[in-house]
Amino acid sequence: MRMLINSPQTVVADALRGMAAAHPELDVDVERRIVVRRDARDGGRVGVVSGGGSGHEPLHAGFVGHGMLSAACPGEVFTSPVPDQMVRAAAAVDSGQGVLFVVKNYTGDVLNFEMAAELAEEDGLRIERVLVDDDVAVTDSLFTAGRRGTGATLFVEKIAGAAAEEGAPLERVAALARQVDECSRSFGVALSACTTPAKGSPTFDLPDGELELGIGIHGEPGRERRPMMSAREIAEVAVGAVLEELARIGPADGPVLALVNGMGATPLLELYGFHAEVARVLAERGVPVARALVGNYVTSLDMAGCSVTLCRADEELLRLWDAPVRTAALRWGL
Amino acid sequence: MRDADFFRRWMAAAAASVEREADRLTELDSPIGDADHGSNLRRGFAAVAAALEAEPVSAAPGPVLQLAGRTLISTVGGASGPLYGTLLRRTGKALGASAEVSDAELRAALSEGVGAVAQLGGAVPGDKTMLDALEPGVAALGTSYRAAASAAENGALATVPMRARKGRASYLGERSVGHQDPGATSSALLLAALADVAESADAR
Repeated sequence: MRMLINSPQTVVADALRGMAAAHPELDVDVERRIVVRRDARDGGRVGVVSGGGSGHEPLHAGFVGHGMLSAACPGEVFTSPVPDQMVRAAAAVDSGQGVLFVVKNYTGDVLNFEMAAELAEEDGLRIERVLVDDDVAVTDSLFTAGRRGTGATLFVEKIAGAAAEEGAPLERVAALARQVDECSRSFGVALSACTTPAKGSPTFDLPDGELELGIGIHGEPGRERRPMMSAREIAEVAVGAVLEELARIGPADGPVLALVNGMGATPLLELYGFHAEVARVLAERGVPVARALVGNYVTSLDMAGCSVTLCRADEELLRLWDAPVRTAALRWGL
Repeated sequence: MRDADFFRRWMAAAAASVEREADRLTELDSPIGDADHGSNLRRGFAAVAAALEAEPVSAAPGPVLQLAGRTLISTVGGASGPLYGTLLRRTGKALGASAEVSDAELRAALSEGVGAVAQLGGAVPGDKTMLDALEPGVAALGTSYRAAASAAENGALATVPMRARKGRASYLGERSVGHQDPGATSSALLLAALADVAESADAR
């Protein structure tokens, strides 16, 4: 397997050095692995801190900046960061208004952020946490660690960040973040496995002519393997699964935010074609799409495939979604 | 009685064993996890070995394990960092500040450590986690250190037919069946390192 790296041991640090060189508006601590927006403490805002394993770029460091995250803590590839990183990040962005931790529902992330929250609170900071768990592929959650956090993380970080930018207090920012999580569901498919630098070969074997349905974002196989399907057929399955789970929350009453997300190795040509099918299915089911985003945002290294995330959005969420954002990977309105 | 040096040697043996077995742990982690258990633990235990070398030699057994646990939490990440870190920290805390501890005290302390891991991870034996090696291992400590190592090893082997209910492997459901749990495997290594160090100490 050929990779554009120096060594598996230095991939994360090397990527952070590159971010620092490309984005002088970010304060990148390569050694401690914290990315902070330089103006994080200006204006007495609530801090919004996220983090997780590396390999999901641009998540999370690519979303640090005006109107989104105050700081991000990248861990090793597919491995949660350690509490020290989160405690330092929280201290670096706290302006006395408290800090929201955005945590994806994976055992490692949950445990490390939990420890970090305790330590930061001992240091006198006010910490709130929101757990993102949007993946509908995890149905029998009694027998798992709960639904995984995937694409909805982007919605949570954008909307919580916009609220913090406006000066909303910590409780309000946290409540909006939880509302976004509760109103969002995702479903992913893999057309290939991914290759972690440490292992150097694909994490599972996916024969030609087959695909994995119901994947997460860590190169793990999905819920079931099926013969290859067309974009049209995949959209039917994915959107159907997401809408079915959204219906459990309550009756549909309005538009959705839609994210068609690439897993890293699927070109935009394919993603836009897939989005056309997603939009068609949603139109057929009478679900209006208020805003759509298509691209590689919550990736899984070099995995081919995509995920669909839908968030039922009220006017407040749409307003916060439209609010200006200026980060490495997402920017509009400024 | 076991002094601080015994616990330093245990941690050094564990670090060497993890280093030796890192590729196998990562291999076990590929089909049901994300192929990094070996590399993560290797990084953590290397940091433990370095931290203990930097510490003054006079430390008591309890602080040695607490430092090792804190170091793992600060360097490993993922789920194994907090879980292994908690195991060693809580065991060390239970040992207190005595300069020497008896085998019975170590047994009791380890059992507190394992209890803390179960509480933190919310897992029970049978969930296909490190507890499936740690619980039988610590239960067999009453017989001998070697018996504990064997029980943990058997516990790790017994995870093969289990369906994972915790951690990332749980998302695979039935597809997690047929693979040995990497966390249970590394837990067995930890108890095997303890048995090796105890036997070499007793042979002196």
